[in-house]
Amino acid sequence: MLIRLLIRWLRRRRAQKSAAAGGGPSQPPSSSVGLVLHQAKYDFLGFIRNRQARFFTLILPLIFLVIFVSIFGNHTVKNTGVKASTYYVPGLSAMGLIAASFVNLVISITAQRESGVLKRRRATPVPAWVLIAGRSLTAIVVSLATMTALLLVGRFAYGVTLPTRTIPAVALTAVVGAMAFCVLGYALSTVINSEDAAQPMTQAIMLPLYFISGVFVPNVNLPSWLRHIAEIFPVQHLADGLHKAFDPATHGIGFAWTDIGMLALWGAIGIAVALWRFTWLPASAAGAA
Amino acid sequence: MTAVAQRPIVQVMNETSSAGELVISVKGLVKQYGEFTAVQGIDLEVRRGEIFAFLGPNGAGKTTTVEILEGFRERTSGEVTVLGIDPANGGGEWRNRVGAVLQESSAEPGLTVRECLALYAGYYQHPRSIDDTIALVGLEEKADTLGDHLSGGQRRRLDVALALIGDPELIFLDEPTTGFDPSARRTAWSVIDGLRELGKTVFLTTHYMDEAENLADRIAVIADGAIVAEGTPQTLGGRDRLAAVISFTLPAGVSRNELPADLLLLAGTPSHNGSVALHSEAPLVHVGALATWANARGIQIADLDVRRPTLEDVYLSLTGN
Repeated sequence: MLIRLLIRWLRRRRAQKSAAAGGGPSQPPSSSVGLVLHQAKYDFLGFIRNRQARFFTLILPLIFLVIFVSIFGNHTVKNTGVKASTYYVPGLSAMGLIAASFVNLVISITAQRESGVLKRRRATPVPAWVLIAGRSLTAIVVSLATMTALLLVGRFAYGVTLPTRTIPAVALTAVVGAMAFCVLGYALSTVINSEDAAQPMTQAIMLPLYFISGVFVPNVNLPSWLRHIAEIFPVQHLADGLHKAFDPATHGIGFAWTDIGMLALWGAIGIAVALWRFTWLPASAAGAA
Repeated sequence: MTAVAQRPIVQVMNETSSAGELVISVKGLVKQYGEFTAVQGIDLEVRRGEIFAFLGPNGAGKTTTVEILEGFRERTSGEVTVLGIDPANGGGEWRNRVGAVLQESSAEPGLTVRECLALYAGYYQHPRSIDDTIALVGLEEKADTLGDHLSGGQRRRLDVALALIGDPELIFLDEPTTGFDPSARRTAWSVIDGLRELGKTVFLTTHYMDEAENLADRIAVIADGAIVAEGTPQTLGGRDRLAAVISFTLPAGVSRNELPADLLLLAGTPSHNGSVALHSEAPLVHVGALATWANARGIQIADLDVRRPTLEDVYLSLTGN
């Protein structure tokens, strides 16, 4: 419903704008920042009008929250000392963030690359970094929207509270995490040749990681070798960073610097791979005469 | 080359923009993919205000050449300048002056025609008016339709609009009407013809001969990576000097051997349905002789046809089919 309202609002604004613009020349954004916002606005429109993207990114984490609390009850989670809903909100926030920043980005980037959309954009004067920053900004905004929705449902349906003093920690972890998963998305898209392969590929990578990284269930019960594997990957660090900020037992402002650092490190790896391998042209056309 | 170093060239080009000035200059362009040489040392020149058609069969090196000119591919060797700048170093300043309709590209996902154009308008320094550009390609009624919901022909016109929104001096059109029905192609042609009136230079690739004949001022044909002919649609490959074919059927009871000797010399091998084909470099003289002969004998020749070689005939002979 929220989304419908948002779409209606966007439509109304568009109608007003095109009425105001009339037939005069269109005004170009004046600065680089303006251009990034310009790009992000249209990438966001593309996202919000895609039913599949909306469902998997904004709706599914909320459904999971309701289902998990219904199945497992809102008792105190063993070995964690917090209520189940207080455990699920940050865990599913991690999932929603990854859905927006990674899964959805990989699918849309691969589709746009293979259908020539990215190539056509590159035939214009727009700098490459603006396209990447604009798309990433969209992913970050959607990630934060998903987290906010989870938090609101958690708050009013299940009494989940986020300590005010840890809000900066949650925000920083979320933004660093979203940026890291965006560049990892650009990196992964370099090995995917078609839109059809993007969805199964991203899910095949993420589903096992969700389960071993404490996104759905606490990973304290896992064998230690599996926990060590999970510790290598960024999903665990995103989930841990968010869990820590939400945990009522956390004292202070809740920054999990090791986790944030690991996310940044994965982001750096993502940037290196993307710079090395990312192309704007369709993979199918490479080397064609 | 930096943007600063490019600027003086840009200014000089703008001040001297007159007919005849070189917009594209290619000398000895070579492109190799490993062992395979896709383009083997071609030369091309396109002048301001021209519609230049680049023809060739699939795999002849057409798209490779265009992508080098558009700055998407690196060349192996040769000199290339487009609007005075090497496209391999073409930065934002250069891209501001070039528009491209690529061979395959979908609409921007989830955006209407107007939103697609607004997005692209934001990329350029001095974009055209969005409404005027929509009108130019005849998409007024579809302005608020999602790009994904357009027909193939409409989507291609959106592509043209996106290439025009930055008000470029030079536009690349890579097979703009492939897959169109005949009426959509006519519409697209009138849009492209309209670019001529806007004073744009157009580099068109196509494998439709009628498209090149209708639109182009000049044509070059590429086959196996080399230019095999260059000229206007009327003169390409010596078309203007090639023999015309005069064909007709003689009535029953009249043998082709009864034709005057000078006409019989021009006749090809007898065909199974009894029609006669004369290959003539002076069709007027020979039709006149035929008419005189037929009138003297009181013979009616109902199906007389004089045909110049079509551009397609010339093209097929040039490309070895």
